[in-house]
Amino acid sequence: MEMVTITIDGQQVQVPKTSTVLEAARSVGVNIPTLCYHPELRPEGACRVCVVEVKGARSLVASCIYPVNEGMEVKTNTPDVREARKTVVELLLANHPQECLSCQRNLNCELQTMASDLGIREIPYQGAKKNHPLDAGNPSLVRDQNKCILCGRCIRACSEVQGVHVYSFANRGFDTTVVPAFGQGLHEVACTFCGQCSSVCPTGAIVEKDDTAAVWKALSDPTKHVVVQTAPATRVALGEALGMKPGSIVTGKMVAALRHLGFDRVFDTDFTADLTILEEGNEFLERLQHGGVLPMITSCSPGWVNFIELKYPELLPHLSTAKSPQQMFGALVKTYYAEKAGIDAKDIVSVSIMPCTAKKAEAVREEMKSSGYQDVDYVLTTRELGRMIREAGIDFDGIEKEEYDAPLGIATGAGVIFGATGGVMEAALRTVAEVVTGKELPSIEFTSVRGLTGIKEAVIPVGDLKVKVAVAHTLANARIMLEKIKAGEADYHFIEVMACPGGCIGGGGQPISTCEGFRQKRIDAIYECDQGSALRKSHDNPAVKELYDTWLIKPLGEKSHHLLHTHYHPQNRI
Amino acid sequence: MDHIRAHVLICAGTGCVSSGAKKVEAAFREQLAQKGLDKEIKVVETGCHGFCEMGPLVIVYPEGVFYVRVQEEDVKDIVETHLFKGRIVERLLYKEPMTLEKVPNYSDISFYKKQMRMVLANCGHINPEIIEEYVAEGGYAALGKVLTEMTPESVVDEVKKSGLRGRGGGGFPTGMKWGFTRNAQGTKKYVVCNADEGDPGAFMDRSVLEGDPHRVIEGMAVCGYAIGADEGYIYVRAEYPLAIKRLKVAIQQAEEMGLLGDNIFGSGFNFHIKIKEGAGAFVCGEETALLQSIEGKRGMPRSRPPFPAISGLWGKPTNINNVETFANIPQIINKGGDWYASIGTEKSKGTKVFALTGRINHTGLAEVPMGITMREIIYDIGGGIQNGKKFKAVQIGGPSGGCLPEEMLDLSVDYDSLIQAGAMMGSGGLVVMDETTCMVDVAKFFLNFTQSESCGKCTPCREGTKRMLEILTRITEGQGQEGDIEKLEKLAKNIKATALCGLGQTAPNPVLSTLRYFRHEYEAHIKEKRCPAGACAKLAAYNITEACKGCGLCKKVCPVEAISGEVKGLHVIDQAVCIKCGACMAKCPFKAITKG
Amino acid sequence: MKTVEDLKRMREQLQSQNRLRHSGGTEIIVGMGTCGIAAGARAVMSAVLEEIAKRKLEDVKVCQTGCIGMCEREVLLDVVRPNEPRVTYGRVTPADVSKIIAEHVVNGRIVEELVVGKIVE
Ligand SMILES: Cc1cc2nc3c(=O)[nH]c(=O)nc-3n(C[C@H](O)[C@H](O)[C@H](O)COP(=O)(O)O)c2cc1C
Ligand code: SF4
Ligand code: SF4
Ligand code: SF4
Repeated sequence: MEMVTITIDGQQVQVPKTSTVLEAARSVGVNIPTLCYHPELRPEGACRVCVVEVKGARSLVASCIYPVNEGMEVKTNTPDVREARKTVVELLLANHPQECLSCQRNLNCELQTMASDLGIREIPYQGAKKNHPLDAGNPSLVRDQNKCILCGRCIRACSEVQGVHVYSFANRGFDTTVVPAFGQGLHEVACTFCGQCSSVCPTGAIVEKDDTAAVWKALSDPTKHVVVQTAPATRVALGEALGMKPGSIVTGKMVAALRHLGFDRVFDTDFTADLTILEEGNEFLERLQHGGVLPMITSCSPGWVNFIELKYPELLPHLSTAKSPQQMFGALVKTYYAEKAGIDAKDIVSVSIMPCTAKKAEAVREEMKSSGYQDVDYVLTTRELGRMIREAGIDFDGIEKEEYDAPLGIATGAGVIFGATGGVMEAALRTVAEVVTGKELPSIEFTSVRGLTGIKEAVIPVGDLKVKVAVAHTLANARIMLEKIKAGEADYHFIEVMACPGGCIGGGGQPISTCEGFRQKRIDAIYECDQGSALRKSHDNPAVKELYDTWLIKPLGEKSHHLLHTHYHPQNRI
Repeated sequence: MDHIRAHVLICAGTGCVSSGAKKVEAAFREQLAQKGLDKEIKVVETGCHGFCEMGPLVIVYPEGVFYVRVQEEDVKDIVETHLFKGRIVERLLYKEPMTLEKVPNYSDISFYKKQMRMVLANCGHINPEIIEEYVAEGGYAALGKVLTEMTPESVVDEVKKSGLRGRGGGGFPTGMKWGFTRNAQGTKKYVVCNADEGDPGAFMDRSVLEGDPHRVIEGMAVCGYAIGADEGYIYVRAEYPLAIKRLKVAIQQAEEMGLLGDNIFGSGFNFHIKIKEGAGAFVCGEETALLQSIEGKRGMPRSRPPFPAISGLWGKPTNINNVETFANIPQIINKGGDWYASIGTEKSKGTKVFALTGRINHTGLAEVPMGITMREIIYDIGGGIQNGKKFKAVQIGGPSGGCLPEEMLDLSVDYDSLIQAGAMMGSGGLVVMDETTCMVDVAKFFLNFTQSESCGKCTPCREGTKRMLEILTRITEGQGQEGDIEKLEKLAKNIKATALCGLGQTAPNPVLSTLRYFRHEYEAHIKEKRCPAGACAKLAAYNITEACKGCGLCKKVCPVEAISGEVKGLHVIDQAVCIKCGACMAKCPFKAITKG
Repeated sequence: MKTVEDLKRMREQLQSQNRLRHSGGTEIIVGMGTCGIAAGARAVMSAVLEEIAKRKLEDVKVCQTGCIGMCEREVLLDVVRPNEPRVTYGRVTPADVSKIIAEHVVNGRIVEELVVGKIVE
């Protein structure tokens, strides 16, 4: 790589020629504050907080987008620079509701931190403030444009990462705002509720819809039996919401905390992840052997399901009919579990802890009532659970680990890897290969489908067959796959798609992080959980076996069909 | 074949058309036919002469007699008296505002005398919809010359030698820019002509496009050859329908003649031009926003570098210049860079077209050599201040320019002097203000424009100009506070230093320049709650002077009974009650009431 | 248009058309006062235009003027060649036109028998 030498605050540094000033500065530990910059998005240089002095430049320059060049002299901390930064932040604050104390992002807001870091003690400008109505017409996200600082990160995340293009800037000057098409609400446009916009928003302008109040209420209702399931990816991220490092594994602490909060049973979505493998794996074999529609595509990511229903309805037959683990779980809790525990399903409140905002929308889909009730009553994101734990005053650091309840808390390592991109595929392969050949696999590590590459491909021998698989994460990559299918260029048998970057560990309901490499750290933690599991193949899960033996009878059977599978329909939103 | 002995040139620029030029033309054709003169006298529709307030304009050649404000019913007179009998129709001649002298000849009118019409040479002189007229005036010779006699490098060198600087505002050396684009990596390159012309009141680019579109096309083609581009775009605002029509006609004619298209003059050089109509946002004139807009995206500036020369339209190297910049190119090629460099000042070469507006006697377009003084433009060409009022300031450089006071009238008009004085060349808007103009109000006016045109992308421009505007508004409304001037200065400094694009970086200029030269006016507003120019309605104080005869009319007309006084005695206005409606002043038969 | 030569040729052909709008060239001025018109100035004018067209003369401008106070000598016709005195011919008839143009306008030889005055400007 070609290198150049530049001087930053008197310090000579060698950096790649393609670096920006910001990257160069950070590489030597000079921290320049930023707001519109996000390490995973194309820089825009819009907020002007990151301005620095470059010798010879006519004005200050935005370091996040300004390329380095040989011999450049940069000063990041002059009186002029500090005054300029401060002025920019003062101007943002002058047009910001001063409601930090009651904001969902309180203490987790980049604007707030910035104001504090820059030592802003008064806002010297008073005048007009923006006044936009709240967008709260959907089950997943709430948008308050009055808190928006117009950094454009949501626009970039939705278009660059997800390829969905929901947002754009509208109006000019002081009236500039970020809106979905024609200023409509998210529920009226082709939004997938993936929540990636909420993950990149530096302020409280886009947040998950907060359902904690309803859950608190259920918990304090003595007539209700409240059960909770926790999605695979939550155990490697919840810690971040409670002050831990990315990649901390907090499974046992989370279970304990949930019990502390008052949940009557703490179960694991990993259980239905294992179940999904059996249903979906068998569906795959069925399609393979009987000329069904191929490639078959996974259906456990509701943001992804929304995407294909919205944008490629003609390809819906490719989707596996298997419900997502959350919804399988919901259906079983109010039937199988109710029966087993001898509790009337109407008294059960079923809560799930998910890394995902789209799960909130999935739970309220019309089809998701196969138990005769709404299968999942409340979906909380990892972030919401973090807040509940704090609110309850639980010392998460000090709490002793506990185990999940049986039987729906029993799971294998194959279930937990659902939380990372490639995990569903790997779990399926572990099972399908053994079911087809009837022989135990020598190695169950399918590393070719792991990792953060946008689209991964592999050819896996299964018996005589070479199964061609592909794994895509982010909706932009999903779109590439679908276009390939449409063009007839996708000769895959099986495709895994996850809506969010990195899979569920990067879900739109996860703790917000702008840490370098936080996705990889969470992924590493997921595989660590897998490694540490006694059982690592779904078909080895004894609780799942028991479920089939005593109740479901067989995969794809009558009961499965009714409770564990679903159908899809095109959505008409622009 | 008949010999044509006279040409009747009728201006068909936007201004003249709206004042009735089309009817005048029809009348001419009819009258000439009636008199049997249509074989020997030709009627020619031309582009704008830049003297629109006097339109419709008619010039009769060979004498070069200049008739102004010609209406349909005047045509008969011109035909019978002038064209038939050879006598000038005196009543339709232009009258000098200062001397009241009637001037028959075009070139003797003071408005034109000190001008140096090079870019505008053909405007108002040829029919822009007939390519032959342009060719007859030497058109496309420059393109022929570069394609057959010059290498691309030598074209770039010639433009460098000329010292030409961009006329779109920034004043960047054109030859250098061409050199950058020429040397940029890539085989596909573009030429873009910026005809967005968003400055309120500016119309020089429109006039060139309407009056001499081929000159711009030729300039673009020369540029294409020099930088190695085979495709050009003209980005012109949709509010310029006539310019768009003329451009379309011109491009089509040039294509038919083989002056655009493939293998021009058998040289192997291909060049095609497309027109892109802009929605007319001011910020779309900023080059990176303009390129976004051509690509079909929201016109929002992006950070530079990379400059368009390296990564422009669709990521390809793109040379973007202003209309007037391109219009200068043919003469530079024809007469040489050295010739061009002999006009103007050391660092600003050639001529510049200005749009004169405001409280000046001659409003219109004036092309002057660089280095002329502001005084010459305003008094010699512009004919001085209207209604014998006193000059107060001239705002130069469009909405982001600066206001210069009387002391600066002898300033040399060139890029660098203007910047030093706190103004800028801009695209050439020049607004003259007289003593009745309040400078705080002027600053507010321009800032209001830039604030509402800000694209909203970057914080300082979007939020900062709003706060400045709020402060200015409260000052003009008598609510100014101690410390407001300092706040304005601080905001201005930081917006200039941190805004992303030129719009924000220059938006504070009108405030800064008025603070520099007219600070006392700000102070009077804030400290004394007084508008010295008497322009701010909420601050106007009406006072009754010694001239009062005590007639009591003012007392009767005042709607809030703020005036008291005995008959035949001096009347007084209670300032606390007065609502500044001005009714008393209008009523007083003795002009005894003053405002200030 | 194929070559630069084509362009040049075209320009040369076209230039005469626009020459009227530039200064320079020979001027022929016909007195078109009331008296001139009464004496047949229109016919003289027509003859001038015809003759110029016939000879394909370029760089010649035909102007008119009002009464110059020599009414008995109408029709008056002036010829001004660049940098030469203005020569006024009197009692010009259409028949004289071709001679004046051939001799004076084209060849610079003044038709002395018709001259009524010369003005050096
Ligand atoms: C807000 C803004 C508006 C502008 N508007 C125009 C315009 O209307 N026309 C123009 O030629 N240049 C305009 N410019 C300047 C262009 O960005 C660019 O510098 C110019 O077109 C380059 O051409 P030149 O080098 O020939 O001047 C504008 C710049 C800014 C910042
Ligand atoms: S939720 Fe996802 S699809 Fe919807 S606007 Fe946000 S990023 Fe785009
Ligand atoms: S909503 Fe959030 S991410 Fe989007 S522009 Fe506003 S502040 Fe930025
Ligand atoms: S300076 Fe103004 S116009 Fe330019 S990018 Fe910033 S907000 Fe947009």
